[in-house]
Amino acid sequence: MNLLEQQASNRRRTVLVMGVFVAFLFFLGYGVDAFYLGVAPIPVAGLVALVVGIASAASGFYHGDKAVLGSSSAVPLEDLLAKASPEQQFRLEQFANVADEMAIAAGLPRPRLFVIPDADPNAFATGRDPEHASIAVTQGLLDTLSRDELQGVVAHEMSHVRNYDIRLMTVVAAMVGAIVLLSDWATRGMRWGAGSRGRSRDGKGGGGAGIVLLVLWVVAILLAPLIAQVLAMMVSRRREYLADASGAELTRNPQALAEALRKVEFAAEPTRSIKRGTANLCIADPLGRKAGLREGFWADLFASHPPMVKRITALREMAFLPAPANPATS
Amino acid sequence: MIGLVVLVIFVVLIALWAIATYNRLVGLKNQTLNGWRQIDVQLKRRHDLIPNLVNTVKGAMEFERDTLTQVVEARARAVAATGPADAARKEGELTQALGRLFALAENYPTLRSNENVKMLQEELASTENKVGFARQFYNDIATKFNISQQTFPANLVASSFGFKPAELFEITEQAEREVPTVDLSMRK
Repeated sequence: MNLLEQQASNRRRTVLVMGVFVAFLFFLGYGVDAFYLGVAPIPVAGLVALVVGIASAASGFYHGDKAVLGSSSAVPLEDLLAKASPEQQFRLEQFANVADEMAIAAGLPRPRLFVIPDADPNAFATGRDPEHASIAVTQGLLDTLSRDELQGVVAHEMSHVRNYDIRLMTVVAAMVGAIVLLSDWATRGMRWGAGSRGRSRDGKGGGGAGIVLLVLWVVAILLAPLIAQVLAMMVSRRREYLADASGAELTRNPQALAEALRKVEFAAEPTRSIKRGTANLCIADPLGRKAGLREGFWADLFASHPPMVKRITALREMAFLPAPANPATS
Repeated sequence: MIGLVVLVIFVVLIALWAIATYNRLVGLKNQTLNGWRQIDVQLKRRHDLIPNLVNTVKGAMEFERDTLTQVVEARARAVAATGPADAARKEGELTQALGRLFALAENYPTLRSNENVKMLQEELASTENKVGFARQFYNDIATKFNISQQTFPANLVASSFGFKPAELFEITEQAEREVPTVDLSMRK
C-alpha cells in the first residue's frame, strides 16, 4: 500500500467509524423510545440521540486531539521551556530540533509538541491532519533515550501524522470514550426505568419482533464498552509495523528506533498519565500489559500493540542485524 | 456516424488524460523546487549560526586561532558559492572545518561544560541534520518527479511540454564519501 492509498483508507475508515457511532447511538435512543416512551408520534429520544451522536462525532473530529492531550495532562513545549533548568532546557531544545528535522524529512509542517510529566517512556501523536497535528512524549522518554533514539521515535510518530493514522485513531479514541460513558448512563437508566416498562408496552403491542429487538438492545448496551475496546485495538495493531518501517525510512536509521523500542518496552512501569482510551495511540502499550510479548489469537485480540519482539526484530533486519537473543538485555 | 462519435469520445478521453498528467507533473515539479529551496533555507541557517559559535568559543580557544580562522574563511567561501556543484564542495569544506573545531573544543574543559557552547553545538548538529534531511527529501521527491516523466505513457506528455529531469544531490567530494572520523553528535 503506498502513502496515498493509506491516507485514503484512513479517511474512509474515519467516516465509517463516525457513521457506525452515530447509527449505534440512534439505535440506543430508539430503544428508549420503543420500550419506555413510545415511538408515536415522533421518536423523541431517537432524534435526541441522533443529534447528540452527530454533535459528539463532530467534536471528536475537531477537538479529539485536545481531549486526548488534556486527559494525559500534556504540557506544551513552549510553556515548559520558559521555566526549565539549563540542563532540562537542553533536552527540550533537542526534542524541538529533532521534531524539526523529521518534519523536514517528511516534507510536512512541524506538529505542535507536548511533554507529559510521567517517568515512564512513551509517546503518541494526535490531530486530524498534518496541519493540525500534535506529538506528545513523556518526560521519561526524554530522560532515557539518546538523541538518535528520540529521533527514531519522533519519526515513527511523524509517519502516523503523514498517513492520517492520527485522524482515525483520535476519532476512535473519542468515540470509544463517548460509548463507554453513554453505556454507563444507559445501564443505570435501565435499572431505574425497569418498573415503568409494562405501561408503554401496551401501546405498541410488542410481539416476537419486539422481544428480539429488546434483547438486541440490552446486549448492545451491555457489550458496548467491550466492542468499543476491541474496535480500538483492531485499528491500531497493524499500523505500528507500518509506522516503524516508514519512520526508519525517514531517519534511515532503523537500529536507533529498535533500540528505543527496547528501552520503552522494558521500562516495565505502566504510564499512569495515559488513560485507557488513549492506549491505542501510543508507540508502546502504556498499560504495561505483557500481552505485548505474547502471540496467538487472544493476545492478538486483546493487545493494543503488536508483540514488541516482532517489531524490534523487523527493524533490526532492516539494519542487517540478527534478531536479539534475549530482548530484555540487548 | 457511429465511427465519428467513437472518434470524438476517444479524442476527448486522450485530452483529459493529457491534462491530468500535465497537472500531476506540474505539481511534482513545484514540490521538487520547494524541496530545493528548503535545502537553501537550512544552509543559510547554518551560515548564520557560525559567527555566534566563533564568538562564544573565541575567548577560551585563544591558541587555536588558525582553526577559528579556517572556519570563518570556509563559511565566507560557502556563502559566496555559485551553483549546486560549487556549493556542495564548499559546504563540504565548511563541514570539515567545523568538525576540526569541535574536535579541538573537546580539549577545553571550560568549553565542554559551558551550556551556551553545548546548546550551540546542538543547534549546529541539528542544522547539519536538517541539511541532510532536506537533501534526502529533495532526492526522494525529485526521483518521483523523474520517474513519472520518464515512464510510458506519461513521457509523451512530459517530452511534448519540455519537462526536464531534476538533478539529484550527490556527494561530490571524495573526502565526504569516506567515513568521517570526527564525532559531531551530542551523545554522552
